[in-house]
Amino acid sequence: MSATPTAAPQKNRIGLTAADYKGSKSTLCPGCGHDAITGSIVQAAFEMGLEPHRLAKLSGIGCSSKTPAYFMSRSHAFNAVHGRMPSIATGVFLANRELTLLGVSGDGDTASIGLGQFCHLVRRNVPVAYLIENNGVYGLTKGQFSATADLGTRAKTGRTNDLMPIDLCALAVELGCGFVARSFSGDPKQLRPILKAALSHRGTAVVDILSPCVTFNNHEGSTKSYVAVKEHDEPLHEVTYVPHFENIEVDYAPGESREVTLHDGSKVMLKKLGEDYDPGDAFGALTVLHRTRDEGKFVTGILYVNPEKPAFDEEVALADAPLSSLTMDQARPPRRVLEEVMDGLRTGAGATISAGGG
Amino acid sequence: MTPTVNEFNLHVATVNGSGSQTANNTLLRAIFQMGVPVSGKNLFPSNIAGLPTWFTIRVNERGYVARQKRNDVLVAMNPETSVQDIAAMGPGSVVLISEGVPAPKVPDGAVSYVVPFHKLVEPLVPDVKLRKLVVNMIYVGVVADLIGIEKAEVERALEAQLARKPKALAMNLAAVDLGYDYAAQNLKPSPFRIERRDKTTGKILIEGNTAAALGAMFGGVSFVSWYPITPSSSLAESLQGYLEKYRRDPVTGKATFAIVQAEDEISAVGMVLGASWAGARAMTTTSGPGLSLMTEFVGYAYYAEIPAVVWDIQRIGPSTGLPTRTSQADLLSVAFLSHGDTRHVILFPSSVDDCFDFGMRAFDLADRLQTPVFVLSDLDLGMNVWMADPFSYPDKPWDRGKVLTAEDIEKIGKFERYRDVDGDAIPYRTLPGNTHPLAAYFTRGSGHDEQARYTESSEAYPRVMDRLNRKWETARTIVPKPLVEEAKGADAGILSFGSSRWAVAEARDLLRDEGLELSSLLLRAYPFTEEVRRYLDRHERVYVVEQNRDGQLASLLKMEYPDRAARIRSVLHYDGLPLDAVTVADGVRSGEREEVAAR
Repeated sequence: MSATPTAAPQKNRIGLTAADYKGSKSTLCPGCGHDAITGSIVQAAFEMGLEPHRLAKLSGIGCSSKTPAYFMSRSHAFNAVHGRMPSIATGVFLANRELTLLGVSGDGDTASIGLGQFCHLVRRNVPVAYLIENNGVYGLTKGQFSATADLGTRAKTGRTNDLMPIDLCALAVELGCGFVARSFSGDPKQLRPILKAALSHRGTAVVDILSPCVTFNNHEGSTKSYVAVKEHDEPLHEVTYVPHFENIEVDYAPGESREVTLHDGSKVMLKKLGEDYDPGDAFGALTVLHRTRDEGKFVTGILYVNPEKPAFDEEVALADAPLSSLTMDQARPPRRVLEEVMDGLRTGAGATISAGGG
Repeated sequence: MTPTVNEFNLHVATVNGSGSQTANNTLLRAIFQMGVPVSGKNLFPSNIAGLPTWFTIRVNERGYVARQKRNDVLVAMNPETSVQDIAAMGPGSVVLISEGVPAPKVPDGAVSYVVPFHKLVEPLVPDVKLRKLVVNMIYVGVVADLIGIEKAEVERALEAQLARKPKALAMNLAAVDLGYDYAAQNLKPSPFRIERRDKTTGKILIEGNTAAALGAMFGGVSFVSWYPITPSSSLAESLQGYLEKYRRDPVTGKATFAIVQAEDEISAVGMVLGASWAGARAMTTTSGPGLSLMTEFVGYAYYAEIPAVVWDIQRIGPSTGLPTRTSQADLLSVAFLSHGDTRHVILFPSSVDDCFDFGMRAFDLADRLQTPVFVLSDLDLGMNVWMADPFSYPDKPWDRGKVLTAEDIEKIGKFERYRDVDGDAIPYRTLPGNTHPLAAYFTRGSGHDEQARYTESSEAYPRVMDRLNRKWETARTIVPKPLVEEAKGADAGILSFGSSRWAVAEARDLLRDEGLELSSLLLRAYPFTEEVRRYLDRHERVYVVEQNRDGQLASLLKMEYPDRAARIRSVLHYDGLPLDAVTVADGVRSGEREEVAAR
């Protein structure tokens, strides 16, 4: 028997193969949009040459939140409680600001039970690539509407949703988020560069990814079925990601594209498709989000980006070395400090007396 | 009549928000500086301004610090409460009535003076708003002269507090002068007097929450998240004050700590778990309603084995309850906080020294045991002022528990997150950022096996849960042991925890004077250590003193020692006021009478 000669698997800039970024086998339904996103994450991380030990995967509860088990098994993961991944992310980041955080959530996890924590994560600008795998339904509990279900969409049971959806991208823009994008699990060509850009952004990067639920929300009458999303996808621009470690010239004619330099020196090139779109204009982002919603369309692309917004560690003026690396001598003040405090309490000069309240 | 020296209670009734705090603290400190032991208790409403508030100073040179129900000297400033305040005074007491407040006749044998506090302050302070604050310093001067506090000590106490505000200091000093002069001219010598002693030399005055904050800092805390709630806010705020001062580089402005005011208590504890999982020493502080919100995450931390330190400064519940009144009623809910089978390590500080000590030790225990550790303080201990010897600098290095570095894994050749390698049921963990290819693991609240893999296996689940039970037995061997004082030949004893300690100590002395000798066990941790069983074995009747309605500690003891349940009796106190010795002594006496009747 002669073996067919196979090419050695391609290695990235840190010598790892795409297989090194994989996780365990998915247990989601065959054809699930989330698995496609997982594939894009693996590919994006591989192409970026992310060091697995520097990345932490975080999630909440639901189908989407299970997916961190299906990629990058060489990275630490924290599959938290329902809707509360943002608080975990905040703690992890402040304890070790050298980690890159990848959060995976769903529309139930973010738009309902976790809406409060989501808002405060964005408000604090904690650096985390926050992916919402958005299918408009609760999958694990078998098909109830979520808060992102569109007006008039029909459930498998025949029920119609008559409540306004919460648009997480519009909300993020309103909250001052420095990176807001929307994409589609079925469009890896667009999704991958967006994921890379989100991972390069130093601040909360909200990526709302339409990801059809093949079991509970893929029928006629659903606005988030695979067919419906594909038909109503309105891309703003063509997204190209140029990593900081590669010297690639992307040539566009003047006025044909916009370029944004991200915190790590990487760039995103946004090539005009229709009307010129300025991703630095928050009002413009809200306008296009409202317009497309009214037209029953899904606008995709990088809706808003501001790489300059200071991240939370700058806001709290955190020391450069991670808090997790502090030695006892760095963390425990010396004896003279205790003596100074005790002196103040002896004389009353350093005493603090609690006020009341309730 | 010979005066009562250095043993009486001074009670000041004012309106919340009237700025009486500096005044009361000045009186307290001045007595303390006279070398006489004092304790101060602030009985305040859930309100910013307008509702009644009281401050009680107990002067006691024998060192008793528990609240007493009886007051000897009253300053009645509040027209809303003056009638009841004055009516509660006994014969032999001294009552200072602010001119104009409604006042009933004082009891026979009591002395009363109507003092024109507001008229006295008028010429001194032209600004009407300011006058409302400075009037308090007039009563400081009047009371100080009445009970014999040296003026120099009052001035020193004021100077220490207002050193940075020279204008305010001058005005307040002048008000004190006026008070002294008025008292000297108009008041007769009081039957209650302060005389100089040397019993406070070198000591400090501090609140439990401040002591806890100091403990946390010297324990090496690097991450704090919290949500404002009385009576725990002052812990977080004083910790922030100390960390800003001592853990931020004055040159670069960079901090070796992060403190986050969270959006709610769910988030506060979530951040703690995230930070702790990633390797920081992390804590939060809260009170009952906050604990209720933390429940789900706390169960997660127990099951996924993540260190965390949670201070619970107890107040009266359920629900909003009495937010500014003290209680010990969170014990059972904390012990089993969360759904599913859970059990949590709890430390019970009884003094400001304990608050400092447990502020450090809670971290060591949490890191060692990889589990949440609760510190159950209360409003009385946390927010009131207590006298103590200066705290000692920690003589032991911190314990960060079983954390494997990349080099460790290289040496061992493997890593399994939830495997009991050492036989103490405590597994090893790694931190994110560890470069070893085998270091990563998946943390989850769902079913998992020794390798942290998802499983719903009916073998793996009980295996993990049983190991957690064995870890509980390990905890039993390393938590702080109780303080036991066995009275020779006593067949009855008291068992208590937390701030009840001081009323219990005084009650034992009261009962001893009546010929009833009682042993005492002061519980300092849950799980209960072997000493608790021995104590129950050696005493036929054990009076469990606690500040809640349902006898929560008694229930825990009966669960743990069903064969000794018949020995356990409850002495309960739950009106929201700090426990007093008479309540404890009464409870024990009635129990002993029943015992005699039953024989």
